[in-house]
Amino acid sequence: MTPPRRSFDLPGPERTHTMNTETAEAQERHVLTITVDNEAGILAKIAGLFTARGYNIDSLTVADITDNHEVSRITIVTHGPPSIIDQIRAQLERLVPVHKVVDLTELGPYIERELALIKVAGTGNFRVEALRVADIFRAKVVDTTTSSFVFELTGSPDKIDTFVALMKELGLVEVGRTGVVGMVRGNQAA
Amino acid sequence: MSIERSGAEILVESLVAKGVEFVFGYPGGAVLPIYDALFGENRIRHILVRHEAGAAHAAEGYARATGKPGVVLVTSGPGATNAVTGIADAFMDSIPMVVITGQVPTGLIGTDAFQEADTVGITRHCTKHNYLVKDASELAAIVDEAFHIATAGRPGPVVIDIPKDVQISLAHWTGRAPQRRTRYAPQTSAPAADIAEAVAMIAAAERPIFYTGGGIINAGPMASRLLRELQVLTGAPVTSTLMGLGAFPAADPAWLGMLGMHGTYEANMAMNKADLIIALGARFDDRVTGRLDAFAPYSRKIHVDIDRASINKTVRVDLPIIGDCAIVLEQMIATWLAAGHGKANLANWYEQIAGWRARNSLAYPDRGAEIMPQKAIERLYALTRDRDPVISTEVGQHQMWAAQYFHFDSPNKWLTSGGLGTMGYGLPAAIGAQAGLPDALVIDIAGDASIQMNIQELGTATQYRLPVKVFVLNNEWMGMVRQWQELTYESRYSNSYSDSLPDFVKLAEAYGWKGIRITSMDDLDAGIQAMIDHPGPVFVDCLVVKEANCYPMIPSGAAHTDMILYGDEVAGTMDDAAKALV
Repeated sequence: MTPPRRSFDLPGPERTHTMNTETAEAQERHVLTITVDNEAGILAKIAGLFTARGYNIDSLTVADITDNHEVSRITIVTHGPPSIIDQIRAQLERLVPVHKVVDLTELGPYIERELALIKVAGTGNFRVEALRVADIFRAKVVDTTTSSFVFELTGSPDKIDTFVALMKELGLVEVGRTGVVGMVRGNQAA
Repeated sequence: MSIERSGAEILVESLVAKGVEFVFGYPGGAVLPIYDALFGENRIRHILVRHEAGAAHAAEGYARATGKPGVVLVTSGPGATNAVTGIADAFMDSIPMVVITGQVPTGLIGTDAFQEADTVGITRHCTKHNYLVKDASELAAIVDEAFHIATAGRPGPVVIDIPKDVQISLAHWTGRAPQRRTRYAPQTSAPAADIAEAVAMIAAAERPIFYTGGGIINAGPMASRLLRELQVLTGAPVTSTLMGLGAFPAADPAWLGMLGMHGTYEANMAMNKADLIIALGARFDDRVTGRLDAFAPYSRKIHVDIDRASINKTVRVDLPIIGDCAIVLEQMIATWLAAGHGKANLANWYEQIAGWRARNSLAYPDRGAEIMPQKAIERLYALTRDRDPVISTEVGQHQMWAAQYFHFDSPNKWLTSGGLGTMGYGLPAAIGAQAGLPDALVIDIAGDASIQMNIQELGTATQYRLPVKVFVLNNEWMGMVRQWQELTYESRYSNSYSDSLPDFVKLAEAYGWKGIRITSMDDLDAGIQAMIDHPGPVFVDCLVVKEANCYPMIPSGAAHTDMILYGDEVAGTMDDAAKALV
């Protein structure tokens, strides 16, 4: 005779709770600047950290910022609930080549800028209107043919989004964007 | 004095300067210059393993048992990739380790050269840091920094990949490492205000519990002594993760046993009902917490950890304290004494705990002449405890039984693969520990499946006359897989039977070991005693009850209060969502 058996009463995912899948916490957009030793593989290490732990990268920019090319500054725009943003900072800070991680969004007033090249093709009124809108946005014409412009536009990502949306109606051909660089306002380094 | 030396010679000199006694390695084309520099070198002892995975695990075992960083030397390509499992294991369990890998010559990197692998790329996310050495003149400083990174803060593995031309080329060697800027300096002590708050919380708690982990062991023997001191002052009971066993003496009445998936009833219930959890060097691993939304619902939590990234990773805590366990414990003790706190009255709390203890959650049925695996561990413990043995394990049921029934009263005696859960860890780890502690009794408690994952290392022990003991609980199954299949897949035993097992006694004898087979309770004690008494390496094949399960058990994704004990008849199936949990 088989003994009486009970089966597991295990929770389905709706009853489980992990901070990674928590939906109660609102998503926030954060701009992080990371100063790092400019050594081989550091970008792969940081990008890989985001991939491996399931964090988001909305944009990433990097360039060295010292005369001797020893230090680079990386700007990452990410989004996630506050608990994950905090984890991202902690995970970045423990990498040996990382000197400093600054969360500009957390720190207070800051500026962020992005550069875009936007190619628009068209003739006649489209061409005139494109130039007029570009003027309003203070975009520069950096290349032209009789049937096209390439505009250079610097500004917040929102401003570039808006400009690109307008250009869609005016013969948009191609967009290239750098991703965001950011800096805290005021006379101090972050 | 500055003289020209080859990269390989500078490497060896740098290792000597770092106090390295042992290198666990395996030669190959891309490390021949280093092996030549080691030839006739009597300041460093090279232990030739039989597979590079064995080298990495041996270095881990050496590090865990001695508290010193383990050093590995392997060749490029397959040498490096074979070592990756051990590197990942050390990364998960925070074991200090420096791994030197050969690389194809600089000019051939990126050309898919013979035995080329992108070692730095492959190990990027399972090392604390890694280097590709471009110039022999950088080597001394890199070795110096690598040892600092491997051992400081939360310890971990560091890989130094050295192309063959860099090993040969000449550079100045001044006799010591040039000063490198100290860019890695983790915070080790905590702000006084945090300590004061923690002490006040402990003093005010009615149901406090210390939840300790591998961080205490990593912080050195002093941290274990300080833990005992703080426990005496506060009176709070202590439980520990798998990795933290030995930090607090199992013989102490305040010891609750291990917590988590196969922890004791009293430890898990106390965690569940506590009003204050003091987590010391533990990281709220999923094996420990069970279902997160049901984890310790009534408690405030203090989390002491040297790794800021471990704070609030899975469980939100009320008071994070970033620092080295030994230093923070010292700060807490000083603050506790200065504040004049006395031991709180925890009588009610201990009474509750006594009730849970009375469940006797580690009880298991008696099978007469047949050997219950739990009984085998109990007898092994009883017969060896006066020798203060070092125990390593593989991964599976035997590992959990060892954690439950072998008791540790001091740190650095327990070597196990906790985070990564690497089968095949135990034998090489025991070899590494024995190399570092030649007079210790070192026993690998193993299973019949796990032991076969690195069984080639029997030869290493023979070669270096390392008298390690292997004690296999042979149930002819991958026991833990079988147990999960029984409990959650309606006993469909898919590929978990250990078919075609070798005759372990003959196999051991073929390697020059003594082989002992134990088949019934009548010869259990005698077999164990014969193992202890033999001066050389011994392989014990202990045939145990095949279908024994490991209890207590919190099923994956269940709460601490949903424990299954021996005698609870359980079987069945799970919904797909539950099956997806590990």
